[in-house]
Amino acid sequence: MSTPHSPLDVDRVRKDFPILERRLAGDRPLVYLDSANTSQKPMAVLDTLAEHYTRHNANVARAVHQLGEESTAAYEGARDKLAALIKAPSRDEIIFTKNASEALNLVAHTLASGLADDPRYRLGPGDEIVVTEMEHHSNIVPWQLAAKRTGAAFRWFGLTDDGRLDLSTIGELINERTKIVSLVHQSNSLGTVNDVATVVARAREVGALVLLDASQSVPHQSVDVNELGIDLLAFTGHKMVGPTGIGVLWGRREVLDGLPPFLGGGEMIETVAMTGSTFAPIPHKFEAGTPPIAQAIGLGAAVDYLTGIGLDRIHAHEQAVTAYALERLRGVDGVRIIGPDSMESRGGTVSFVVDGVHPHDVGQLLDEQGVAVRVGHHCARPVCVRYGIPATTRASFYLYTTFDEIDALADGLHQVKRFFG
Amino acid sequence: MSDSLYQEIILDHYKHPHGRGLREPFGGEAHHVNPTCGDEITVRVALDGSTITDVSYEGQGCSISQASASVLHELLTGSSVSDAFAVEQTFVELMQGKGQIEPDEDVLGDGIAFAGVAKYPARVKCALLSWMAFKDATARAMAGPVTVEEDAR
Repeated sequence: MSTPHSPLDVDRVRKDFPILERRLAGDRPLVYLDSANTSQKPMAVLDTLAEHYTRHNANVARAVHQLGEESTAAYEGARDKLAALIKAPSRDEIIFTKNASEALNLVAHTLASGLADDPRYRLGPGDEIVVTEMEHHSNIVPWQLAAKRTGAAFRWFGLTDDGRLDLSTIGELINERTKIVSLVHQSNSLGTVNDVATVVARAREVGALVLLDASQSVPHQSVDVNELGIDLLAFTGHKMVGPTGIGVLWGRREVLDGLPPFLGGGEMIETVAMTGSTFAPIPHKFEAGTPPIAQAIGLGAAVDYLTGIGLDRIHAHEQAVTAYALERLRGVDGVRIIGPDSMESRGGTVSFVVDGVHPHDVGQLLDEQGVAVRVGHHCARPVCVRYGIPATTRASFYLYTTFDEIDALADGLHQVKRFFG
Repeated sequence: MSDSLYQEIILDHYKHPHGRGLREPFGGEAHHVNPTCGDEITVRVALDGSTITDVSYEGQGCSISQASASVLHELLTGSSVSDAFAVEQTFVELMQGKGQIEPDEDVLGDGIAFAGVAKYPARVKCALLSWMAFKDATARAMAGPVTVEEDAR
């Protein structure tokens, strides 16, 4: 077995995450391999949240007092950090939502509302929506609802046996009737990193919008919305060492300007009269009501933390850990990887099945050894259906994952095999 | 390892299930799924008057859900509907007892092995899946002629 090497000083990184020191029942150390579900949080983020509530708490954008100004500056400062992170051409293109699901729903809902002036942003009969079979439910269900509401057709890319998008029918699937293609950047269940460029190129030929669900990519690699050439991007804070309750929708200004408002309320208006209202420019047009202020500021701190270490180094570390994990898993009899079996275009999320042992039982027995994984269909049930399995066990890695933890997973699986053997 | 959850009795029922497979004739059928993990089970109940003459089932899922169906078959086949519902009620109470209830072997037979499952909230649903399907299937069998319905729970 090759000697694994990482460009990160992981021991030092782990000191930033107090929870990783936790002892579980029976005084077992925690082996946290569930970061695709939610990541752990470094002290820098936790301190920022406490500092905000302890010293600066006030509502944003409406208070003239000092605390209100501090709070507003921190909230809008977080927007600047998010814009810089994904190389957004303008800070106004960063919309804060409560999570990635809300960001995706925002786009589906506004396209389906029929309220846009520009027909490019109105779904109707004869239009087509294209997703893929490897989407999270949050990028399937909103589009099924939008299709039902508008009469548009709901279509999808299938998957190849080795866990990739089947792009062989792209010429027909994305056609002149396609209004939007919404796809995942990195699959939350398979770990596959998709060939976005090919999809974008075809979408451009027919004038379709492209929305990318980047919930599993923005936390783990440098993402540049200009290089990707997409129109819209959704991701969430809690998977990138930030707090829960905060997500981001980025969109090209022209697209966000063209979409009608989503939720109505305070802060999203220009003027309100009983006879009708006009709306604020972006980003506030899409941020009705008091936003998740502390969470946005905490996410800004998370961005500082990740960029301080360097997303390229984080990515290189995860690639090394994932390669090692694939190697160790191949060494366990009866373990079958669901998804790409090589490091080509894949991230640090590995799903697998264990012959003769249901994933629930695998997860339970791993938990008894302190190894935290996720079991089930991972909110991507069509993937399980596609591969003819009821569920998988999923191990997912991050900047704080060690090679020793991969060993603990492999050793744990040997125990599982013995127990059910 | 897993002493309180994976009792030997549970593993036995999982590896050598009793009464597995869907049989005819039957009076009522119910299909239940656990949407969080994809476990599923189909249960058929055959009645002769108020006596349960057969409980047959087919499904896929974890050791807890499948062993529970095997125990259910063994416990309830041959009993009256009212006795079966009393047992079902006792089993549900055990599962919802957070590990605080001392199970009665005279009533629950091998079902007492599931007492430890009650301490694992995430697994209680697994243990109850076939029992909920049984309850629906029996209600349908009592309601009259053969009905086959799909529910997603």
